[in-house]
Amino acid sequence: MSIDPLVLLAVAGGGGLGGMARLAVGNLVARWLDAGLPWGTLVVNLSGALLMGLAAGMLGLPDREAGLAWPLLAIGLLGGYTTVSSFSLQTLTLWQQRRRVAAVGYVALTLGAGGAALPAGVWLAGGLP
Amino acid sequence: MIAWRAYGAVGLGSALGSTLRYLVSLALTGPAFPWATLAVNGLGSWLIVAFAAYAARRTRGRVARWQPFLVGGFCAGFTTFSLYGLETLSLLYQGRLATALSYVAVSLVVWLGAAWAGYHTGQRLAVARG
Repeated sequence: MSIDPLVLLAVAGGGGLGGMARLAVGNLVARWLDAGLPWGTLVVNLSGALLMGLAAGMLGLPDREAGLAWPLLAIGLLGGYTTVSSFSLQTLTLWQQRRRVAAVGYVALTLGAGGAALPAGVWLAGGLP
Repeated sequence: MIAWRAYGAVGLGSALGSTLRYLVSLALTGPAFPWATLAVNGLGSWLIVAFAAYAARRTRGRVARWQPFLVGGFCAGFTTFSLYGLETLSLLYQGRLATALSYVAVSLVVWLGAAWAGYHTGQRLAVARG
């Protein structure tokens, strides 16, 4: 396996920016919506899925190498922007607080709306190239 | 914590986590099933909950200071929801409906199972350290 240092740098830079964008969006959402559900993570993951669909529509699926654009935008920026670990922690916490309906609803909303947002992004980009 | 320090810690942790995720994807590459993303999402879920459960029981000390870097940065950047979604869509485009559906189901079980396991690890660690 060969590692291109430029690609590694693109992934790291994109991942760092994506993480900071996640923090900014999370803070912004927390100001507008109450903390009953983890809305910040939900907004981040759904917007990230939509943007990933757009990126796939514009750059093509990753089977075809797209230079530095794919590592920077998809693997780094959008990969680092979205998160599963926070989703898992929040679901477990809701469940342990005996807010079972909220926990199941959060899982369903994330998987369901996330599964719709990605193809919507692809469609907005005019389909896969 | 001052805002720019939080952004610095999260950005640095996320850059490290994303780079490590990419290296795992190179090591576990294969067209049949997205094992690499499943592995990082499971590991990251385990780590974040283990840390949260540990930190909750240790109110004194410096544990909380690591939270932006480790939780908001590393774990969140290491795991990824958008690439999981893209891999599912990619399997669907290949006409591999059964594989796509089992990827979704297995992912959910692994994420939440790892979180549950991490909770017990974190609690045991905190108790052991008194």
